Formats: sequence, C-alpha cells, structure tokens
Amino acid sequence: MINFEYSRVSSVKAAVDVLAKNPTGRFIAGGTNLVDLMKKGVTAPTRLIDINGLPLKEIKETAAGLSIGALAINSDVSENETVKKNYPLLAMALNAGASPQLRNAATVGGNLMQRTRCTYFYDIAMPCNKRQPGSGCGALQGYNRMHAIFGASDKCIAVHPSDMCVALAALQATITVSGPKGERKILFTDFHRLPGTDPSKDNTLAKGELITGLNIPKNPFTKNVYYLKIRDRASYAFALISVASALELTGNTIKNARLAMGGVAHKPWRLTESEKFLVGKTASRENFTKAAELAMKGARGYGHNNFKLKMGPVAIVEALMKAMV
Amino acid sequence: MDKTSTTIPPFIDRVDGIPKVTGSAKFSAEYDFPGMVYGVLAESTIARGTITGMDTKGAENAPGVLAVVTHLNCPKLPGYESTAADIAKRPEVNRGFRVFTDNIIRFSNQPIAIVVADTYERAVYAASLIKATYKKDKHNTDLNEAIKTGKPVEGNNFKDYVRGEADAWKNAEVKIEVEYSMPLEVHNPMEIHALTVNWEGQDKVTVYEKTQTLSSTQSSIARAFGLKNENVRVITQYVGGAFGSAFNTWPHSIAALIGARKVGKPLKLMLTRSEMFTMVGYRPQAIQKIAIGASKNGKLTGITHEAMAMTASYQVFTEGIVNGSRSLYACPNVNTRYKVYPLDLSQPTWMRGPGETTGAYALESAMDEMAYALNLDPIEFRLRNYAETDPESNKPYSSKFLKEAYQMGVDKIKWNERNREPRSMKEGDWLIGYGMGSGIFSAWRGDAKVSAKFLQDGTLVLQTGVTDMGPGTATSMTKLASDIFGIPASQIKFEMGDSNYPPGPFQGGSGTTSTLGTAVHNVCMNIRKKLADLIKDNPVFHTQLIHSVKPEDLVFENGSMILASDRSKKITYADAMKNAGLPQIELLEQSPANPMANHTAYSYAVHFVIVKVHSITGVVKVTRVVSAVDAGKIVNYKTAESQIIGSAVGGISMTLMEEGVIDHRYGRWVNNNFADYHVAVNADVPKVEVLFVDKPDPILNPIGSKGMGEVGIVGFAAAVANAIFHATGKRVRELPITADKLI
Repeated sequence: MINFEYSRVSSVKAAVDVLAKNPTGRFIAGGTNLVDLMKKGVTAPTRLIDINGLPLKEIKETAAGLSIGALAINSDVSENETVKKNYPLLAMALNAGASPQLRNAATVGGNLMQRTRCTYFYDIAMPCNKRQPGSGCGALQGYNRMHAIFGASDKCIAVHPSDMCVALAALQATITVSGPKGERKILFTDFHRLPGTDPSKDNTLAKGELITGLNIPKNPFTKNVYYLKIRDRASYAFALISVASALELTGNTIKNARLAMGGVAHKPWRLTESEKFLVGKTASRENFTKAAELAMKGARGYGHNNFKLKMGPVAIVEALMKAMV
Repeated sequence: MDKTSTTIPPFIDRVDGIPKVTGSAKFSAEYDFPGMVYGVLAESTIARGTITGMDTKGAENAPGVLAVVTHLNCPKLPGYESTAADIAKRPEVNRGFRVFTDNIIRFSNQPIAIVVADTYERAVYAASLIKATYKKDKHNTDLNEAIKTGKPVEGNNFKDYVRGEADAWKNAEVKIEVEYSMPLEVHNPMEIHALTVNWEGQDKVTVYEKTQTLSSTQSSIARAFGLKNENVRVITQYVGGAFGSAFNTWPHSIAALIGARKVGKPLKLMLTRSEMFTMVGYRPQAIQKIAIGASKNGKLTGITHEAMAMTASYQVFTEGIVNGSRSLYACPNVNTRYKVYPLDLSQPTWMRGPGETTGAYALESAMDEMAYALNLDPIEFRLRNYAETDPESNKPYSSKFLKEAYQMGVDKIKWNERNREPRSMKEGDWLIGYGMGSGIFSAWRGDAKVSAKFLQDGTLVLQTGVTDMGPGTATSMTKLASDIFGIPASQIKFEMGDSNYPPGPFQGGSGTTSTLGTAVHNVCMNIRKKLADLIKDNPVFHTQLIHSVKPEDLVFENGSMILASDRSKKITYADAMKNAGLPQIELLEQSPANPMANHTAYSYAVHFVIVKVHSITGVVKVTRVVSAVDAGKIVNYKTAESQIIGSAVGGISMTLMEEGVIDHRYGRWVNNNFADYHVAVNADVPKVEVLFVDKPDPILNPIGSKGMGEVGIVGFAAAVANAIFHATGKRVRELPITADKLI
C-alpha cells in the first residue's frame, strides 16, 4: 500500500471542499471495499477523507417514504423495525449480502460505491479495461462464470456485486448527492451505468460529489416480497443470480409488480418489461414463467456463465412464487 | 459433548484450549525481537520463461528498505551449490525449485525477490516497485491439454499394477465404465504460513516456523545453508491448521532466511492469503477413469482404475490415488494405472487424505453407480465384496472393524428406511437424498523419542520434538500418559514444538498417535517399572506368594502403587521416592517403528450423508452427516470426534465448493482469495454425528490405536455426490457439484 494523507471532516461542505482541493483523494467510510482495493494496488488515493463523523446516519420514515443517511450501517438498516415492517425487501437483500462482520462495518453509501469483484479487475498483472482503460477485458475470453449476461460490452462484462442495490432498484429509490455545484438527486436506476466504451466509470456521480443519503418512496410492497439469492454457499458469497421481487395483489390479481436482478449486469438490472406484463394478470406460475421469458430477452452468455441463461428465468419464477407465500 | 454420558469413555478437554482462545498461544508470526525487520516477496507475472532484467532501484531507494535480494545478488547457498552437478544430471522434473538461484521462471507468482524493510508496510510498498522484464516461453497449466499433447512423467512410481487379469471388467455380466474429474484444491488452513528468523552470527539460527515436521525442517535448512543440524533450532509451539501444507520447507522460508542473514537482524515473513495458493502446495487436479465389473449377484469380478493428475515442471509429486481400489474390496482382478503430467504451476503436495481422498471419490461413486446397475443396496453390495484378508498382500489385517462401522452408520441414520429409488423422496420443493461412501487409509507406526521426568511432587514432564497442527496431540498424549501412569492429567506437562527436544515423529499420514503414543506408553511403563523397583523389597507388599514385588503385581492408580491381590497395601509414588531418597526419575525412551511383516493395517471410515437439493434452483444443502470410524481404540474421545467433524467440513467443501481456477492463457490463478475460493461456512455444515467402533488393534502398537486424521475425509465426497444422485437422479461426475450443474 502506498502512503497517503488522511483527514477527518465534520460537515458535508468540508468533505466536498477537501476533495475539491485533493482531486486524487477518496472518501472513506466503512472501507470494506476501498481498503482491499488499496492493498491490491488497484487504486492508490493520495488522501483518504474520513467521513464517518458526518451526521448522515439517520434512518427515518416520513410521509413520502423512507430516508436513509449515507453513513447508516448496513446492519442498522436491516435491523431497523420500520425497515423490517414497511420495506422488508430491503432488509432481506441486506441480510443476503456479505457476512455479519462486514454488514456491521459497511455503510449504505459505500454499498452503492463498491466496485466489481471481477478477478481480472483485482489482479494488476492481468488486463482490465475498468482498472486500466485500453488494456483489454480479461474476462471476455477468460474465466467468466460470475459475469454479466445483460448490457455488457466487448470492453467489460463485469457485474455489480451488491445485493442491497438490487432491492433499491426495484423500490425506485432516489440518491441524494452533494458536490461543488450543490445538491442534486439521482434516480437509482440512473446511478449505476453500463460499461459501454468506458467501463472505468461505475456510476454517474460527477467529479467531487458525495452521496449523502437515499429515499425510498412509500410503497405497497410490505407483504408479497422476496429476495432470492443463488450462490455457491449458504453465506458470504456473491450471487450467481439474485432476484428482488415485489407484488401488490388484489385477491389473486397483480396490481403492481417490481422485479430486479443481481449478478447479471454492470448495474442492478431492473426488469421493467416483465413488471408491465404482470400488472393486471393473475399471480400464477404460468404468468411468472412468461414474465421470466420476457426478462431474458437480449441475454447472452460468455462461456462459463452460460448457465445463467437457464438459471435466470428459473430464479425469477422462484422469487415470484416465494413472494406469494 | 456430555462428560457424564455412560456411552462415551472419559475424555479430557484440550490442554491448549485456554492459551488458544485467550490469545496467549504464540504462532510462528507472533514472536517479536528488538530490531525486527520484515520480508516481503516480489513475484513473477508470467508462468514460464526467463528474467531478462530486474529493476530494483525503486525498491532499494524506498523508505525503510534494508535489502533487496534477487537471483542477481543472492549469496550462494552451499546446499544449492554442492548439489548443482547432481541436479544437472536429473531430468528437469526432478530438479526442484531453488529460490533466487537462476533467472528461470517456472510458474506464475514465483518469488523473484525478497525485500527487507523496517516495517511490513514499507516492505510491501517497496516490493510493488520491483519491475522485471521477461522473455516469455510457451507455458501450459492445463491438465487436459497436457494429456492430449504432453507426456506423463516416467519412472518406477508409474508402473501399472495388475492383480489377476487386466481389464477383467469387460467380460463381466454387469459392468460400468465412468470418468470423474476434480479440480485442484488448496489447503488454506486458518493460520497463514509464516516464520520468524533469528540468526546468531552466520552459522547459527533459530527459526520459528509453521511446520508439521521439526526434524526435516531442521535438516532442510541446515543442508541449504551448509550448517550443522544442531546449529538450526526450529520452534513450533502452535500450528493453526495445515492439512499437509506444512511438510516442506518452502521457498519463502529459505528466502526469509537469506534475507535475515543478509541484514543481520531478526526477520519475520508472513505470506498473504493469495500467496497461500501458489507458495505452499495444493491437492493436484485429477481425471479418473474407473470401470467395474460384477456378476449378477453382485460379486466383483474386475476393477480397472486409471488416474491422470498434475505435477510441477520442476518437481514430481506422487500420491496413492489408485491405491484404495486395490485394497478396499475383495476382487480377484484389479489393474490400476497412475500418470502425472508436468505443468507450469507451483508444485502440488499432500493434502488431507492425500491420494486416497481423490481415488475414493471415484471408486466410491462408481461403487454406487454399480449398486444401482445391479439393483442392490450400496451397503449390501459392499458386504458381498467384503475383504476378510488384504486382497493386495494376502496378509491378515492387524484389525478390521469395517463391518461394524457399516452397521453403526446404517442404524444411526436409519439407512434402511429410505426409499432407494432416485428422486423418490421430497419435502416441498426440496428433493431428499441419502448417500454413503467409505474410506480406507494405511495405519502405521514409525519410530520416536520421548523424554520423561517424574518429580517427587507428582509432576510428570514429557518432552518430544513433535508439532501439533490441530488434532490435539498434546491433549491425547496427556490423556494417554494419565491413563497409563495413573496420575491426573493436570499433573502432566506435555512439552513439544522444539527441535532441541528428543526427535518425535512428523505430524501427518495419520501416524502421530500410533507412533508417539507408543513412545509415551513405553516411557510411562518404564517409569512404573522404576517405581516398582523402589518397593520390591518393602515387606509391606510381601505376601505368602509375593516376596519380591514386580510391576505386574501392582495397580498404578491415583498416584499410588496398589497391590492387586490386596488393595489395602499401597504406597504413593511420592512416598516411594522419598523413602528411596530419589528426587526424580528421568528416562529417555526410543520406541521403534513397527514394520508389520505379517499383517496389513488400515483405518476405515464410513460416511452417511443426507442432502436436500432444491428442485428449481439446484441449491444443495447437506442436512445430516453420520461418520462411523474404525480407528482402533480411541485415545481421547473429544479431540478424536473433532478430527472427524473437521474432516466432514472439509469433505462438504470439497464436494460442493472447492475449485482452484487457473486462467490458462496467462497461467495465473483467478480465484486465489477467500471471496472467490469457497470453503464451507458454518451455515453450510449440519450437526456431524461421529461414531467410533473403538476396538483396539492388537498388533500395530501397545495402545491399540490406529490413525484417523486422514480417513475422515476419504470417501466423504462420494457420500455427498451419491446422496445428490439419490435426491435428483442426476449423476454429476465433476467436482465441485455447484447449483448450476443441477438445474
């Protein structure tokens, strides 16, 4: 690890100012991903700006919905009574991620900012366009069992690793950020981006901006929700495929549906076409299967991850069936 | 575990339990000395070729750096020099790897330099500044490619074995021919390999090293540096798991010794988790073809087992992959073939149940397939082919209670109550499956030395140069001495982990308890003799029949010698010594190996597993494990049980998760970390029920114990794989069996 400067800040404005003066610096909160990346030599910020002292830990329900501070700890969110009662999909997704130790350290803002776990990204002796633009994509012709089936490019087939973000995409959250030009809001599904020709950018955060919190609009998805995560072991493994499903039912008719997948794309993958299809339909395995077929349009495998083409629809149907229980 | 249970013999808790959980136990990376410096390795980024240039300037000028050693400036090691001519004569595959002696790259992540600095962080940073340029040669790290286009290693280890007629299975009434593959697997003990080196001048050194074998670590270091053995002291008080990775004196250890001697300061080197995948061996990948033939009534008529495995280009590694197929069942016609192919990877090594674990995965899976082909229960099929004498040597067994183990497991798991039909048992969306597999592993006894000192205050101090990688050797030896010598375990100090002690056995191959237990048994018996000698003329013990007391007239219990024929006549050990004016009794015992000229000795394990497989997502959960073990007499029940539980955890990992992945284009690892290389977590492991036959082996050693560290994992993968077949009707012949293979 290369030596770096370290500063603590106590206001959002101070944080933004320090970063403006140190453009090669980085904010640090839980550090559960950033420190790994620094140890591996993937990134070498010249200054770490510790934002743990900022007053951004609050979890609060308002008339509009749920507001979560960027520094709220993952486990504080998943254990929050309001979250468990009114936003259970978020709690389920959080508990599916990482390990209790990591969830006790990782923050919500950091969860949004975590980088892909693609092994070629982590090994600085291998090519990776995300780490070193122009060096090539190691995974494209290499070992790509964990990789994307949607929205990838020939420059990058990495996936976003978060579980929480899959639920937030389904719940149509909004992210609040502060920067040198002031505050702005970003729709969750616009935050993470697809790799396209520049996979080095994971998201649409502008230079110098800090995530301060997020809002989940009030929603009817309190009962028929499920977060299905298929992984190689029962805990502490990234998703082969995950599905966040949420249904609002009137009798057996679907009034409203939300679906998003994890482990399949460079960003949490919202299944809007499947959602539209389901609205007004009977909640049945048959309709879920049709919705899953729609979801898989445009999916492609790269070799080791071809199984995801088969596992994907199966997982969507299962997540919807589980949401019914 | 319930200590008051009437079915479990008395046991003691781990003697090293409190030091380990309170942190006072010192592991090899935890020794500190004034002026300590830190060593960090720089590694190659290519898999085969030569180094054409090394730029070490940046590292040398980095803050805190004391030395950078590469092949260009490494002091010549006498051990490496003196054997150079000899090495040149050997084929490449037998030359070994000698760190920093040449510019040849033999595997990716090969150490090419050691940086020594005043802090660990500075050493890490400086190592990252070392830049090497290479001339790349074509490499191959792919076993399948090597089988297609390469040549296996030749030599006496690779002669075909034929008993009776070769390929007799082809003429059988019922036959199967199947292929199984498993990837390479990595030991990954919790404690990372590390050493602390403290030179006293140029020719005397103390090394705190993670090792399973003090004496060969001592002699390897002495040989490399041209030192006298007694000038190399190796200390290993505690080992946090090894599973076979700590037999060799690996290149990183020699590098640390070189670095420490160069700067003349105590040096610490600890590998990273990623380096654990490339520096300290692994279980080799293997592709196995197995064919079995039997008569319609289920009598085996032929087994043919062929294994193709990997080794390093610079070092042959062989293990007994096909051995179990020769010895587990009574079958008149058996032929086996074993080939290894050199690859441009670091060298493999022994890993828990080496060879047998790989082989039993294939054999015991194939036996299950055959049982279905014969429409026989897998246990009944095995019983019809039960070997009453060793089919390989025709010698009688020293002891064999495999039949009893089968029965114990069958009863416990209610094997006969299941529906044998595949895919017939369900619970909601989950498919339920039962599977079993058995394991065989050689039992043996080597030679060992142990010293004993018995003090008047009742303390018995035993010393021997053995290390304990986790099974609880100090605990079981303390229990053994307590039982034999008749004093409480709390009065026994079992001291080990220092090459200055009389040499004990290496820890591995399931031989420590048998070997060292014999020495401890003998030394305790000899102190008993000495004590009895002190009172032979004491008239108190004389009767009409006894005029001179002999040890066999006495019972040794609670620190007293008691006349067996009249328990009112007794004397404490302390009084006997006081009366004789003897402050202490000291003895050095050397117990010999048992060559077993007339018998064959094996331990056995039978594993029963229940799994549930999700019918839609393919997710597998092991819901119950029963392992029944014939390991002779159990010395200490609690630690023995833990050994088998650990084996089950390893077995679950092996079957469902573990897979070392190399990107063959670069010859580099892609999952050399704990996020991508999966081992079982607590949530993956159900309660593991362990049953011991617990009958003594009368031949192997005086304590009646066989080995169990290895056999607990042998056959386990087959039990899980067979259970998955029973649940799903799908036979996956490739490990690990992940969800994607079952949807």
